[in-house]
Amino acid sequence: MTDTAPTPSTRYVLCLFVTGASPRSVRAIRAVRDICDERLAGRYDLEVVDIYRHPQRAREDQVVGAPTLVKSLPLPVRRIIGDMSNGSRLASGLGLIAR
Amino acid sequence: MTANFLAKAPTGISGLDEMTMGGLPKGRPTLLCGGPGSGKTLLSMSFIVNGALRYGEPGVFMSFEERPEDLRANFTSLGFDVDDLTKRELLVVDHVRLERSEIEESGEYDLEGIFVRLGYAVDTIGAKRVAIDTIEALFAGLSNEAALRSELRRLFGWLKERGLTAIITGERGASHLTRYGLEEYVSDCVIVLDNRIVDQLSTRRLRILKYRGSAHGADEYPFLIDERGASVLPISSAGLDHSACPERMSTGVASLDSMLGGEGYFVGSSILVSGAAGTGKSSLAAHFAEAGCGRGEKVVYVALEESAPQIIRNMASIGVDLGRWATSGLLRFNAARPSYYGLETHLAKILREVQCFQPKLAVIDPISSFLSIGSGREVHAMLLRLADILKAHNVTTVFTELVATNLRRDEAEASVSSLMDTWISLRRLEIAGDARRALCIVKSRGMAHSRRVREFVLEDAGFTVVDEPLDPSITTLRQEPGA
Repeated sequence: MTDTAPTPSTRYVLCLFVTGASPRSVRAIRAVRDICDERLAGRYDLEVVDIYRHPQRAREDQVVGAPTLVKSLPLPVRRIIGDMSNGSRLASGLGLIAR
Repeated sequence: MTANFLAKAPTGISGLDEMTMGGLPKGRPTLLCGGPGSGKTLLSMSFIVNGALRYGEPGVFMSFEERPEDLRANFTSLGFDVDDLTKRELLVVDHVRLERSEIEESGEYDLEGIFVRLGYAVDTIGAKRVAIDTIEALFAGLSNEAALRSELRRLFGWLKERGLTAIITGERGASHLTRYGLEEYVSDCVIVLDNRIVDQLSTRRLRILKYRGSAHGADEYPFLIDERGASVLPISSAGLDHSACPERMSTGVASLDSMLGGEGYFVGSSILVSGAAGTGKSSLAAHFAEAGCGRGEKVVYVALEESAPQIIRNMASIGVDLGRWATSGLLRFNAARPSYYGLETHLAKILREVQCFQPKLAVIDPISSFLSIGSGREVHAMLLRLADILKAHNVTTVFTELVATNLRRDEAEASVSSLMDTWISLRRLEIAGDARRALCIVKSRGMAHSRRVREFVLEDAGFTVVDEPLDPSITTLRQEPGA
């Protein structure tokens, strides 16, 4: 990956698209909250969007798989698809070095 | 045929609805597969837009492949205005972007994003039709093939459950019909498109591989896409069941009419005018066209060797004013070098012109030039279908044919004449040192006609058969070698 490693002050803008309260959605929300609190405390904005309630957002934000976590900042944009149960893939998608 | 009535959704694509006896299975998915450039996208677009504009069925076009600007250009090339259709709530275009390099997969997922987007688009405009082009792009963007397959199965079920008439396109695969075996999920209707290039000429073909519960043509049919949209040429619609019309139509040359029982050709018949270079074939065809226009009838002139302005200029020299009729719109020229397209495409284009313009008369000048792009046998088969189609539309047609008189008539030439109702042969003669011309009606089915070889002249006033019989003392009509 060619992106510069985020410095500890880099701000994260994240959006997690879920489908109601499905088990995968619940798992994904928990996993994303956990990694944010642990690794990005105080420097992230996380929006959680239920595409069942806001279907137009699925089109606008190019959601295909569900759940999907979109990291719009820092660049480059990344889309992490799944229930986020693979922690190292999640961390690598966020540009954080996997533990 | 089952006892249950199988409802169909017309595609509005000329030829395809005839082949399928009404259209695609209503409320069910159809798989449309083909290689790159075979016309999958344009055919699906036509299906969606025709549904919206002609059958009161709004539609959703979901694209996985083309960029939004390319999609827009594609719609425009078919004469459709995406923005206008969108504003009128007849169409939703959703472009699904899947950038492999952006994607990370972490754990289990489904494709609810696609379902939500489709469902939302369908609900917004009350869509009855959906096209998904090409869903296999998912396999390139995502790696969990098992998850994708189960989601595809669910998607086809979902489309059926919602009663949507859908086209799903797929890339042609080497060992399977589609690269990812989509045919496994669609059981109702499968259509295959093919773009074959032979001798650097491309011809698109369409075949209905499967249509559950419905009769359908099983052959391959030429398939055409141009600025007027998509059309398929169903060969089976041409046949031998044309009604034989007792009406007659002037040849445009009074003295020739009198050789044909005084009344000219039969309406809806096929006429062959053959001769060596410079014998006056096009002139005779031009008289025929001019007379038609003079009666207020529409004429299409398919010019394969000369441009429309050239023909107009040349005919003006014998007093035949085609330019006037071309300007008035009664005469339409279709000029194209044979080498522009394959035989099938020529055929499909002529059919399209016949359907759109609805001429009473046609000139195909000269059919011999098709031999430059196909074998004698292929050209013969194509001309057979062309003659059938023109007959089925009751178009009286003059086909000109260039023959080299110093050569033995080849098989293609000889066999074409058997398809024709009337055959007029033009020749050059040399009589006492004068170059002169003569014609002979070799055959004319269903009428009494002159069997004499008659002299004719081509002058400022046009084509006239000379009254006096050729000097009977000239026993040998020496034919000049061809040019």
